[in-house]
Amino acid sequence: MTTGEAPEGVGAGAPGAGWRRADGPPAQDREQRRRGGGRRGGRGEIPMVDEAEFTSYYGRPVIKPPVWKTPDVPLYLFLGGAAGSSAVLGALAEGTRRPALARVAHLTAGGGALASVAFLIHDLGRPSRFLNMLRVLKTTSPLSVGSWILAPFSALTTATAGAHLLGWFPLLRRLTGVGAAVLGGPMTTYTAALLANTAVPSWHEVHRELPFVFAGSAMAAGGGITMALTPLDEAGPARKVAALGAVIEFGAMQRVEHGHGLVSEPYRTGRAGKLLKAARACTSAGAGLTLVAGRSRPAAVVSGALVTAGSVLTRFGIFDAGMASAKDPKYTVEPQRARARARDAAGSREAASTGTRP
Amino acid sequence: MTAISSASAAFTGEDPGNRLFGPVPDVTGDRGYADDHPARVGFFTDTSVCIGCKACEVACKEWNLLPMDDAKGTVDALGLTGASYDNTGMLGANSWRHVAFVEQSRAVDLPMPTVGLPGADGGQRPLEDPPVVHPGVPASATTAEQTDPQRTSSGDREIRWLMSSDVCKHCTHAACLDVCPTGSLFRTEFGTVVVQEDICNGCGYCVPACPYGVIDQRQDDGRVFKCTLCYDRLTDGLQPACASACPTESIQFGDLDALQARADERLAALQTKGVEGARLYGRDETDGVGGAGAFFLLLDEPEVYGLPPDPVVTTRDLPAMWRSVGAGAAMVVGLVASAFVGRRR
Ligand code: SF4
Ligand code: SF4
Ligand code: SF4
Repeated sequence: MTTGEAPEGVGAGAPGAGWRRADGPPAQDREQRRRGGGRRGGRGEIPMVDEAEFTSYYGRPVIKPPVWKTPDVPLYLFLGGAAGSSAVLGALAEGTRRPALARVAHLTAGGGALASVAFLIHDLGRPSRFLNMLRVLKTTSPLSVGSWILAPFSALTTATAGAHLLGWFPLLRRLTGVGAAVLGGPMTTYTAALLANTAVPSWHEVHRELPFVFAGSAMAAGGGITMALTPLDEAGPARKVAALGAVIEFGAMQRVEHGHGLVSEPYRTGRAGKLLKAARACTSAGAGLTLVAGRSRPAAVVSGALVTAGSVLTRFGIFDAGMASAKDPKYTVEPQRARARARDAAGSREAASTGTRP
Repeated sequence: MTAISSASAAFTGEDPGNRLFGPVPDVTGDRGYADDHPARVGFFTDTSVCIGCKACEVACKEWNLLPMDDAKGTVDALGLTGASYDNTGMLGANSWRHVAFVEQSRAVDLPMPTVGLPGADGGQRPLEDPPVVHPGVPASATTAEQTDPQRTSSGDREIRWLMSSDVCKHCTHAACLDVCPTGSLFRTEFGTVVVQEDICNGCGYCVPACPYGVIDQRQDDGRVFKCTLCYDRLTDGLQPACASACPTESIQFGDLDALQARADERLAALQTKGVEGARLYGRDETDGVGGAGAFFLLLDEPEVYGLPPDPVVTTRDLPAMWRSVGAGAAMVVGLVASAFVGRRR
């Protein structure tokens, strides 16, 4: 065998010992990362050789991209969030004697929850087996925990909304409304764990921020819809919720889009980048208009629609960014390779300091 | 059998029994099987002797009656990838074994232009390596090394073929199993990870959860499928179909402990012989998935074969996620409540 005698300058210790994939097409060759690829959307395209190169198997993804469909899943995320924050708004409005706000918020919550369930079921490969979701409760599965939140939440919000529409059982309506509000908080954020608890690099790495993005986005949506549909003299809380939500959504998204090196890149490029740019524009315009002119009805309708649109676009953008990061092996391999190298380096430093050979 | 028992770990953020991460000495017992459960089994796939015959792929398809498909998962279509001899492309719902083919070349430095010719190295190296017999490694493996059919040199280039039969890793901490909301995926008494097809509702959560991209959805069916480690054959005392079909015993099936010991020996032997790049992948029980039930001896970096270099089970970070989810939910309730304070309009 010719092994052991690695050619000069390559060195058996070097990664790959000098081996390169033999077949030619550049797209299939050792991919070269561009300088600054982790920042500024890949501008400044000076190829960097060796050091930062990464290898893949014919450019194929390492992980399987989610089989979840768009628009089903992004809409399920959006509707669940809007319903969750509306349910909290509704219960508090009921408690503080704002009947018009309570009615609008409860109808939003009920409608959103039902539609959210419908989209979830539609996305299943075997919709007829939806109830298998409730076979077990597993805390390691956000989808399982989420189903156990979504099922009672949608039952309670539908009951509350129905009671509003029919004008029946005002006392029972208060109870179901409070029950829905208790579940409303988790409704807004569990879907963030649902996305983050995957091997999709751009979802998993942002697992600390994503629940706050979703919380803000849900408040913006719930607040936005209810402020647009509620008469001015009761819409004050909805306005505040919408504006606060928009600010949180905007701020947390900044961390997601810029705080995680290479895996933040898909949030700034391609279709996801465009969607999120539009989302930022809608969210900030809507929040600004709310603060400036929220007390005029037409402005309330426009700004409510804007923050809601921002929330929808954010969900679609996040979904798209995750899909893009799953489909390109770069986002899976490079961070893991860097992590492994750092660990090896730390290991051999330690070995050197204790006098043992690695 | 489901992971209900992991509630405490996920909620407290502490993980004393390594339920979410880290080595687990008895993964089967940990999941509630009685003390007399069978030993954990697995695969040691020694890619240094793989000849790329794809007998494993065929045997698996035959035994499990898997539909034919092309590299894109299109059922009943013959597709060529055009990339190499690999027309399976990847593991998927209908391909539970996948043989990767990587043709590599490298420059040989001109001061030694005659690498590979007799006598070029001043007689220091015998033309043929002496036969080395390792315990537990079949003679065919040693033969393969002597002749080294996977490598040749021409002019100033050296060429080699890397071939590796990939399969589900049957992880100690299996993300697919952790995230399955129906309990369709479960840990068998052999320590393997299997889908129960009559329960899977096709939610697809396991698909992006697997850090190796193994499990996938069958489009026309909606459910997910992957290697069962031939659960049906194991319960009848048979070897998995792929391992029995492998002519070079590149795929070795057995008790995981024994396989690990054999792999360590094999790695040491290859390193003694100066085989560069030889490494074990998935063998280390302190790695991100707590060690794989199916592990590999590779000759280059894992990503060359399409494997992730440092996979981590996604549920390792679940306590942090749930904490963020809880904090976010509390924030929503608190802020909405605060919006009701103050002026009435
Ligand atoms: S390799 Fe993937 S599919 Fe196989 S057990 Fe591990 S996580 Fe599950
Ligand atoms: S697709 Fe089936 S096996 Fe996979 S997580 Fe969903 S129910 Fe479980
Ligand atoms: S163990 Fe059985 S199911 Fe798994 S790859 Fe081998 S033959 Fe296929």
